[in-house]
Amino acid sequence: MTVKVLHPGLLTTIQDLGRYGSQKYGVIVSGAMDSYSLRVANLLVGNDEGEGALEITLFGTTLYFEKDSLIAITGGDLLTTINGENAPMWRPILIRKGSILKFKSAIKGCRAYLAFAGGISTPKVMESKSTYLRAGIGGFQGRALQKEDTFECGKLNDLNHSLVQQLENLNGHFTWAVNYSALINLKSSQTIRVLKGTEFNRFDSKSQQTLFNEPYTITTQADRMGYRLEGNTLALSEPFELLSESVTYGTIQVPPNGQPIILMADRQTTGGYPKIGQIISADLPSLAQLQPTSTIQFKEVTHEEAIMELLKKEKIIDEIKMAIHYKRIY
Amino acid sequence: MSNRNLRATIKPLGDSALIVQLGEGISPSIHELVSNLSTLLNDHPFEGFIESVPAYNNLTVYYNPIVVHRLQINRQTHYTPLTPFQKVSDFMGELVKQIGTNKFHNERVVTIPVLYGGKFGPDLEYVAKYHDLSIDEVIQIHSENDYLVYMIGFAPGFPFMGGLNEQIATPRKETPRLVIAPGSVGIAGKQTGVYSLETPGGWQIIGRTPLDLFLPTISPPTLLQAGDKIRFAPISPKEYDHYKGMKL
Repeated sequence: MTVKVLHPGLLTTIQDLGRYGSQKYGVIVSGAMDSYSLRVANLLVGNDEGEGALEITLFGTTLYFEKDSLIAITGGDLLTTINGENAPMWRPILIRKGSILKFKSAIKGCRAYLAFAGGISTPKVMESKSTYLRAGIGGFQGRALQKEDTFECGKLNDLNHSLVQQLENLNGHFTWAVNYSALINLKSSQTIRVLKGTEFNRFDSKSQQTLFNEPYTITTQADRMGYRLEGNTLALSEPFELLSESVTYGTIQVPPNGQPIILMADRQTTGGYPKIGQIISADLPSLAQLQPTSTIQFKEVTHEEAIMELLKKEKIIDEIKMAIHYKRIY
Repeated sequence: MSNRNLRATIKPLGDSALIVQLGEGISPSIHELVSNLSTLLNDHPFEGFIESVPAYNNLTVYYNPIVVHRLQINRQTHYTPLTPFQKVSDFMGELVKQIGTNKFHNERVVTIPVLYGGKFGPDLEYVAKYHDLSIDEVIQIHSENDYLVYMIGFAPGFPFMGGLNEQIATPRKETPRLVIAPGSVGIAGKQTGVYSLETPGGWQIIGRTPLDLFLPTISPPTLLQAGDKIRFAPISPKEYDHYKGMKL
């Protein structure tokens, strides 16, 4: 099937679960900001959960379908319509040839994920379909989608086919939908759980308390690379020079101005600012759904709690996977 | 070399990575330990290992915490189950003890041709004036030493190199340039490096190489890797054009 871009929106890129294995060469990981929504979108259309899909930011993206297609929309609610009518989210949808799919504006969350049965036919670069904008590699010709771009979807597997067949007999979509509320949080003000960072003890005691007691606001300088925050200033107890070393998704680093920055999916591989904290993996997808001007309250947790949360969410994904197989059989 | 007394500090980088620190500061001997540990780990990975990234004096190990959580450990000495961090930390601690019994170090020497000064090296004159040297002296000093690539970071293929002669060590620019062309050779304090992509940057730019440092279609995707020895060779504009046309 062929999809044509009528309007690219604010920022629409192809993302999968990221480009691992090349960070030692300075090649960033990228990947979906909200990996849970990406995985569920793929599962809903019968794809491998790590297949490439579109990550659509805030508003404006409009697509034209030249053929009948099986799709699923997850993540933030961007008030999506098909030919002007509200499109259901978190369930498989059969979209008819000649339809226009439009993401109007974010009413909840920040990023929607659009998966296509069969995936997107774009070559992998270093084992990944994720777009790395600055290096101009991966995704759609290494860049964000533009007006008039067209792309193809891959061949359907058995699961894709059986979902399509069932939907042919229904009204184009199932009556059930995935309940995402235990997986991601789409509230505009959130508590985000944090492990102490490698340089936590280098900060003065007031700053150590401030991090967990005072709210921080995401500034408008927030993108796939990092969220700059605004709030009470954080300070080291005494200045010191840190040599550059690895940073990762969710690292909270503090530059000399004392305003923290959370590193996101398109972070650099290495950094030289002290790391006061690290967002737990289970909360990164929810963090990724926060828009600029949203507020964050950080909460300290232990490694035990971090892994328990991660396992809990992995169990939900497993249940969704099983349920979709079950729906296919009956 | 014996490392029976070698002590590593292992600290978590969140719930999916940890950093094995093998010393302080910048020195070739510590870097060799980092490099050996990296080779050992790649040759004997644990289940759930994703990748490792060397830096000046440490190695970051990325892992899948779900996979590691499910691993059965024989030596379960704790009353509470070990966290993935503890399991990987124990594994890396054991691996550190084996450093030095084998020599893995791969010594590659790479020559980087550089057209110094002119429009390709807009800060060469500043560096010369800063140290009260002639332009030719700066070029000679920069190109007579061998450098060690300690790590690749900042951008794909960007080498952080040590070994710069103090005589030409120069602080970063106060205001970074918004655009630096790929191939630009720069100095920042006692480091020298080469920009691999068009990016903003604050290093003092003294020349440019016609070679591509980031090669996304080949594996590995970079001209240089951590552990490489580098020598810069001054070239003429004519030679620059000659190299520039060549495809690897």
